[in-house]
Amino acid sequence: MNDPIIRIIDVKKSFGRDEVLRGITFDVSPSSVLCLAGPSGSGKSTLLRCINQLESIDSGQIFVEDELVGYKRTNSKIYEAKESELAYFRSKVGMVFQQFNLFPHMTVMENIIEAPLRVQKRVRSEAIAHAKEMLSRVGLAEKADAYPRQLSGGQQQRVAIARALAMRPKVMLFDEPTSALDPEMVGEVLAVMRELAEDGMTMIVVTHELGFAREVGDTIMFMDGGVVIEHGDAKAVLSNPQHSRTRAFVESILS
Amino acid sequence: MSNAKIGMEAGPMKSKKVIPVRFGEDVGPVIPNRHIRRWVAVAIVILISLLILQSMITNPNYQWSIVFKYFTASSVLSGLLTTIELTVICMALGLFLGMILAIMRMSPIPVLRVAAAIYVWAFRATPLLIQLIIFYNFSALYPKLAFTLPFDLTYSLNMNAVLTPFLVAVLAFSLNEAAYMGEIIRGGVLSVDTGQSEAAKALGMKANTIWYRIVLPQAMRSIIPATGSQVISMLKGTSIISFIAFPELLYSVQEIYSRTFQTIPLLIVAVLWYLLVTSVLMVGQVFVEKHYSRGYDGVRNGTNKRTVDALLNDAGGNGA
Repeated sequence: MNDPIIRIIDVKKSFGRDEVLRGITFDVSPSSVLCLAGPSGSGKSTLLRCINQLESIDSGQIFVEDELVGYKRTNSKIYEAKESELAYFRSKVGMVFQQFNLFPHMTVMENIIEAPLRVQKRVRSEAIAHAKEMLSRVGLAEKADAYPRQLSGGQQQRVAIARALAMRPKVMLFDEPTSALDPEMVGEVLAVMRELAEDGMTMIVVTHELGFAREVGDTIMFMDGGVVIEHGDAKAVLSNPQHSRTRAFVESILS
Repeated sequence: MSNAKIGMEAGPMKSKKVIPVRFGEDVGPVIPNRHIRRWVAVAIVILISLLILQSMITNPNYQWSIVFKYFTASSVLSGLLTTIELTVICMALGLFLGMILAIMRMSPIPVLRVAAAIYVWAFRATPLLIQLIIFYNFSALYPKLAFTLPFDLTYSLNMNAVLTPFLVAVLAFSLNEAAYMGEIIRGGVLSVDTGQSEAAKALGMKANTIWYRIVLPQAMRSIIPATGSQVISMLKGTSIISFIAFPELLYSVQEIYSRTFQTIPLLIVAVLWYLLVTSVLMVGQVFVEKHYSRGYDGVRNGTNKRTVDALLNDAGGNGA
C-alpha cells in the first residue's frame, strides 16, 4: 500500500573536487512531508535539484513513482536521457525556489498557464479555469491580472506554488521557500504549504523553519557535509536529537 | 544651539553670509530664487541658435531652392530606397547571424565558443571599410566559386559575376553587423537571471520554449535600445559604400553634384533625408521598447492588456 513514491539510492555528486553528496539513501512515502535541514553547504539544496534533474548525479539512482529518473529504455538497452527528454521527468515534480523565479514579463495568470499550455498542450480555457482554482487555493484569486512586480514577496511565492501545482505534479519540492521573505510574510507561505500537506501532497522541504518541520513534517532528515546524519520521525528527532551535530544545529536555530 | 556656534559655521564662507530668519521674527512675503545663471545659459544658447538660423536663411551659398529642387528628385529617392533596403536586409541578416553567434558563445561546447569568439574578434577589430574593399576584390582571392555535388557534378561560377556590388554590400554589412549583434544579444541574455531558465526547466519546458518564451523576451529589454542605435549606425554607415560607386543615397547626390557642382545643397538633401528616416526609426524604437517593458514599468493601472479575459479570448494567438 505505502510503497515509496520517491526512492533515493546511494546518490553521489561532486562539483569538481568538492564532493557535495557522498552517498545519500532514503525513501519518501506518498502523501508524506519530508523536511531537510542542516547547515548551509551540507548538500540539501543540491539533493533537491538532483531529484528533478536540474543537476545530474554522478552515481546512484533516483526513482520517482518507480521510474528511474534521467534514463530511458530503448529495446533492451538503457540510455541516458537527452536534455529535451528530461522535461518528462521534471513535469512530474513541482519545484518552488527560494527566489520565487516568477517570469516578470508575464501576468500572474500567464505565469501559471504557460507550462500547462506549452508543455502539456492543454486547452486554453481549461488551463485558465484550473489556474484560477490553484490561485484561490493559495488565496490570490484576485491577483490573476497583476504582474509579479506588483506583488509582495509572500504573494509572489504563493503564485510560484500555484504555478508549480498547475502542472499537477506528484511531488512538490521546496528549496528554502521562506528564506528570502520578510519575517511578516513567512507565515502566509507556510500556511499554504501546511494546507497542501493536509490535502495529501507529497512534499520535500528544505527549510530552517523547525517549527514548521515539527508541526507539518512527518519525517526530518539532517544533512551535514554531504551525508545524512539523522533521519527519523520529525517530532521525535526535534525533541530528542540523537546526534551531537543535530543537537548543535537545532539549538543554534532555536536560540 | 548658541549664537557663537552659528557664527562659527558661517565663518569660512566669506562672500555669502547667511543671516537666518529667527523664530519669532516677522515672516513677510518671500522673494523666490531667481536662478540668474540658468537664465544666462538659456540666453546664450538662444543667441547662438538665432545666429545659426539667420546665416542659414541669409547666406545664399546654402542655395535652398536647389535643395528643394532635388529633395524629391527620382535619382535621390531611388538612392534613399536603396539605402533603406540595404539597411533592412543587412540588419535582418545581422540579427539572425548574431543570434547564432550569441548561442554559440554561450554553448557548453568549447569549440563553438572559441569559433564564435574568433569571428567576433576578427570583424570588430578591423575597419568596416577595409572589410568592404576586401569583399569587393574577393575574386582576386577566390576567382572561381565551385560547388561539388554528388555524382561528381561540379558547378563553377565566375566570382566576378556572382559578386555584384549589392551582394558585396550585403555581405560586408551583415557579416560585420552579426559580430556586433552577437555581443549585444549575448549581453542581453546574460542580464536575465539564471533562476528564470531554471524555473522554466523545472516546469518541464524544453530549451526552445525557454529561449523564445522566457529568456529572449526578458533579454529584449536591454537588446532593443542597443539594436536601435545599431540600426541608425547601419543606416548612416551604408553611405561608405558610395566608395565602391554603389548608388545609395550619398552616391546618388554625389553623382548629381559632380555634374552641377552644387555640392553643399545636395549634401543638405542627403542630410535632411538621413535626419528624417532616423527620426522615424527613433519613434518606432519607443513603441518597441514599450512592448518589451511589459511587467516592468508599463504595469501602472489601466495599462495591462493581458487580463484573464483577454487571455481567454486570445484564440491561441501566441502559438499555443
